[in-house]
Amino acid sequence: MTGAQLPVRLSINGLVVEAAAEATLLQAIRSAGLQVPTLCHLDGLTPVGACRLCLVVIEGHPKLEPACVTAVADGMVVHTHTPELDTYRRMAVELFFAEGNHVCAVCVANGACELQAVAVEVGMDHSRFPYQYPRREVDASHPLFSLDHHRCILCTRCVRVCDEIEAAHVWDVGYRGSSCSIIAGLDQPWGEVAACTNCGKCVDVCPTGALFRKEDGSGEKQPHPERAQQLVEARTEHHWHNQ
Amino acid sequence: MTLATPPKLRFATVWLAGCSGCHMSFLDLDEWLFELAERVEIVYSPVASDIKVFPEGVDLCLVEGAVANADNRELALQLRARSKVVVSFGDCAVSANVPGMRNLWAGVEGGSRQSVLERGYVELADTGAQHPHAPGIVPELLERVLPLHELIPVDHFLPGCPPSAERIRTFLEALLRGEAPPMEGPAMLGFG
Amino acid sequence: MGVSWRCCDATACRAAGGAALRQRLEAEMGADRVKPVGCLRLCGMGPLAAADYADGSTELVGGVAGERRLDLAHPFFILQRSVVLERCGLVNPNSIEDAIAQGAYAVLDRCRQLAPQAVIEQVERSGLRGRGGAGYPTGRKWQLVAAQASPTRAVVCNADEGDPGAFMDRAVLEGDPHRLLEGMAIAAHAVGAAEAFIYVRAEYALAIERLRTAIGAAEARGVLAGLPIQLRIGAGAYVCGEETALLHSIEGGRGTPRPRPPYPAVSGLWGLPTLINNVETFAAVPAILREGGDWYAAMGTATSKGTKVFALSGAIPHTGLIEVEMGTSLRTIVEAMGQSPPGQVKAVQTGGPSGGCVPAALLDTPVDYESLQSLGSIMGSGGMVVIDGAMAMPELARYFMRFCVDESCGKCLPCRAGTVQLAQLLDRFVERRATAADLVQLEQLCGMVKATSLCGLGQSAPNPVLSTLRFFRAEYEAAIAGPIAAPIAAPIAP
Ligand SMILES: Cc1cc2nc3c(=O)[nH]c(=O)nc-3n(C[C@H](O)[C@H](O)[C@H](O)COP(=O)(O)O)c2cc1C
Ligand code: SF4
Ligand code: SF4
Ligand code: SF4
Ligand code: SF4
Ligand code: FES
Ligand code: FES
Repeated sequence: MTGAQLPVRLSINGLVVEAAAEATLLQAIRSAGLQVPTLCHLDGLTPVGACRLCLVVIEGHPKLEPACVTAVADGMVVHTHTPELDTYRRMAVELFFAEGNHVCAVCVANGACELQAVAVEVGMDHSRFPYQYPRREVDASHPLFSLDHHRCILCTRCVRVCDEIEAAHVWDVGYRGSSCSIIAGLDQPWGEVAACTNCGKCVDVCPTGALFRKEDGSGEKQPHPERAQQLVEARTEHHWHNQ
Repeated sequence: MTLATPPKLRFATVWLAGCSGCHMSFLDLDEWLFELAERVEIVYSPVASDIKVFPEGVDLCLVEGAVANADNRELALQLRARSKVVVSFGDCAVSANVPGMRNLWAGVEGGSRQSVLERGYVELADTGAQHPHAPGIVPELLERVLPLHELIPVDHFLPGCPPSAERIRTFLEALLRGEAPPMEGPAMLGFG
Repeated sequence: MGVSWRCCDATACRAAGGAALRQRLEAEMGADRVKPVGCLRLCGMGPLAAADYADGSTELVGGVAGERRLDLAHPFFILQRSVVLERCGLVNPNSIEDAIAQGAYAVLDRCRQLAPQAVIEQVERSGLRGRGGAGYPTGRKWQLVAAQASPTRAVVCNADEGDPGAFMDRAVLEGDPHRLLEGMAIAAHAVGAAEAFIYVRAEYALAIERLRTAIGAAEARGVLAGLPIQLRIGAGAYVCGEETALLHSIEGGRGTPRPRPPYPAVSGLWGLPTLINNVETFAAVPAILREGGDWYAAMGTATSKGTKVFALSGAIPHTGLIEVEMGTSLRTIVEAMGQSPPGQVKAVQTGGPSGGCVPAALLDTPVDYESLQSLGSIMGSGGMVVIDGAMAMPELARYFMRFCVDESCGKCLPCRAGTVQLAQLLDRFVERRATAADLVQLEQLCGMVKATSLCGLGQSAPNPVLSTLRFFRAEYEAAIAGPIAAPIAAPIAP
C-alpha cells in the first residue's frame, strides 16, 4: 500500500531523517542506520509493544514511547539513547534473565539468541535482580519440535506468526502476570494439537532457545527471524505464480 | 624489593562451585601467563599454588563458581574480607549458572539439596546407592545456590562460560594498568 | 400509623444481616410498608433501615433488631451533596415504576428533542471529568467520539470497579440502575451510537441481577428508544478495568491492554469509535442535563467540578458511602464526617493500588484532581482508606504491590517481572532485613516500572511505594538492618 501522503521529516539523535508518512518510528530509526534494541518486534508481524526495549524519548511527549508501535510525525524530535533509557533498558534485560531460567552455556540457542545479544548490547555483565527460578515445563510432545518454557520471554512472536502467517493459531498466552505462559491449543500438549501443520515458523522466529528443533543440541539452533517478513512480501508482491 | 621494581600485586584465584573451566581458560593464556607472573605474585590459586589458607592482604582475587555449599560460603566471606578487589569470574560466579539449576527445586519437594542428592546418588546410581554423608569432610550443600554478588560485594563481573582467554587477558591488562576494564561489546560481554 | 420503611438491600447491609432486619420489619409493619432500597450511606453501622413518618420526619436505625438509632443530623449526612446518589436509598432499584415516579428517563426524553451537539455542550459546560480514575474531561471525550467519520459508534460503561476499597459504582448499580441506563442512553444519543455495553465484574452478583432486571424493564417499556444495552460479565481481572483490555474482553479476547493511540474514541470495539465512561460519570449525566451544565459547574473547584462519591473505609468509626462537593478537605471528610478523633489518623490512602497516601499533617488538602496529584497520590475512582498508627507503611506498600503482582496481565515485561522484584524488595523492608543498597534499588526500580510499563496498571503500580517513601521515608530507613558496604568498583593500584 503506497500512501499518497508526503514523506515526513523528523530528527533522530540530532540527525534529520526522512520517512514515509505511514512508517513507524522504529522503521525510521533503522532506515537512518541507527539502532535501538527490540525483542517482541519482528518485521512481518503485527507489533505489540510488549518488551518495552524500544522505548524512546520524544520531545514534548510526557511519556516514553515504544518505537515499534509509534507512528512518525513531521517535526518529531526523537532521542533513542539517553542515560535514563540506557539504565531502563539494562534493567529490563536483567529482569528478563531473572524471571526465566536462562543457562546459556547449555542452551540450544547459545550464540544465536536475541536475548543474549541484547544483553551484550545494553552492557549487562550481571543481574542486580535475584533470579527467580520459576518452575516451568518442557513440552516435547511434538514429533519435530520442543518448547522449553524456561527460556520463553513471552514475546508472542510464535503466537503471531502462527496466527497471522500460518493461520493455524496453535499458540496463545495463558494465565496471568508472572505465571503467564505460551499455551498450545486449549492448553494441551503441543503434539496433540491437530491444528499444527508442522511448518516450523514459530521455531524460526522464536528469538530465544524456547522453541527449537529436536535434533538441535547445545548451541546448534539456527533461527530464521527474517522469514516472517519474506513470507509477507512474497504474498503481497506475488512472488509465487499460483497466487 | 628494590626501588627499581614496583611491588608485585598480590593475586589470587579461587574455585568455588564451578567446573574449573574458567581456570582452564585462564591457563589458555599460555605465554601471557609469564608476563602476568612478572607483574603479580600468585598467593592463592588451585592451579598455581599449594597454599591452603586464603592469605591476608590480597590485591586482586578472581572467583570462579557459585556459592553452593558451606565451604564455598566460608571461603567467599573470607576472601572478601582479605581482598581489595574481587571479581566474579565466569558465569557460575556471575549468575550461579549450571550449579544454580538445582534452585528450581528450592522450597519444593523436599528442597533442592535433597532433590539433587537423591537424583545423583540414588536414582542414577548403578550400585551402592546412598546419600554422601561425611561431616567435616564433605561440606553441606546450601539450600539455594547463590551468585557471588548475592553473598558478598563484588567489584567486577567477567561473564562467559568460560570467559575466553582473550577476554580474561583484556580484562586483567586493564586492571593492571589501573583502569576500569572495557566491559562493552561481544568481545568482553555475553553469557554462555 | 403513617410510617413506611426503606430497608437497605445493598451488598454491605445484606452481608450484615439485612434480610433478617427486613423480615422483622415486614412482619411488624406489613410487607407493603417496607421497601427495599440501595445504600443508605453509613454501611459500617448496617444493616440499616430508614423510617419515613407522615409528618415528613425520618429516622435511621441500624442493627438486625434496629438497636442503633443513628443521627441524621450528623455531619456524615448533612455534609453530603447527593447528585449521582440523589435517588440511591430512596428508590426501589427493582422497580422501574418507582424510578420513573422519581424522575427517571424524563431527562432522556428531553434530550432526544435536542440536537446531539446541544447535549454535548451541556456536558462540556458542566466541567465533568471521568470518574474512573484518569479524570479526562467527559465533554471533550464525547465530542471526539461524535466527530469520528463512521456510520456508527458504540457506548461502553466501565463497571469493572476493581480497586481494593472502592464500592462507589456498586452502590449506583445496586441502588439506582436506571440512572446509569438513562445516562448511557443520553450519551448514545449525543455521540450517535447504536449499541451499548455494560461491563461488570462477575463478583458483583447483586449488581448484575439488578442491571438485568432494569435493562429488561426499560426495554419492555421502550424508554431506551431502541438502544440495545448488553451486559458483559468480566471474570474479575482488575486489569479488565483498563479501557483497551475491557474492549478486548468484550470482543471475546484475552483481557490485555494494548498501546494507545489509537484511543477507543477513534478505534474501539471492533474498530468502531467507542465512548467508554465509568458508571459514576454516566450517572452524573441525567442531573447535569436536567439542571444544566452551569449548575453542575457551580459546585466544586476551578478544575474539579461537581460532586464525587467516595467509599470511606479503614480505621475510622464511620465507614460507608459519601458524596461530597469536590474541594471538600480530607479533614472534613475524615474528622467531621468519618468522626475520626483528631490525632488518630496516620494517613489517608486514595486511588487504591494506583494511588498514594496523604499524611495526617496534610489533611487540610482539598480533594480535587490536582491537589491530590501534587502530593503524589491520585483521586482515583473514589476509594478512601483511612490508615491509623497500627499500620506500617512498607507493609501497606507491599499489600498494594502484591495486588499488582497478582493482577498484572503479564503482557509487558516491566510490570510482569518488575512488580515481582518490587514485592520481594518490600519483603526485606517489612521483615527489617533491608540494606541501604535495597533502598536505592527500590527507588530505581519504581522509576523504571513507572516509566516503561505499557498500561496504567504497571505505570502506577509503584505509586504506593513512592508516596510512602515521600512522606514516611524514616520507616523504610529504620528497616535497614545494618550498614553493608555497597560494592565499590575501585581500580586497583598496581
Ligand atoms: C489497571 C486499570 C484499571 C482500571 N479500572 C477501572 C475501573 O474499574 N473502572 C473504571 O471506570 N475505570 C477504570 N480504569 C480507567 C479506564 O481505563 C478508563 O480511563 C475509564 O473507564 C474511562 O472512563 P471515565 O473517563 O468516565 O473515567 C482503569 C484503568 C487502569 C489502568
Ligand atoms: S534463551 Fe538465550 S538467554 Fe536464554 S539460556 Fe538460551 S541463549 Fe541464554
Ligand atoms: S509449527 Fe507452524 S503450525 Fe505448528 S505451531 Fe508452529 S507456526 Fe503454528
Ligand atoms: S516461545 Fe519463543 S517466540 Fe514464543 S513467546 Fe516464547 S520466546 Fe517468544
Ligand atoms: S502494565 Fe501490567 S497490566 Fe498493563 S499491559 Fe503491562 S503487564 Fe499488563
Ligand atoms: S520491540 Fe517495541 S516494545 Fe518490544
Ligand atoms: S449498603 Fe446498606 S448502608 Fe451502604
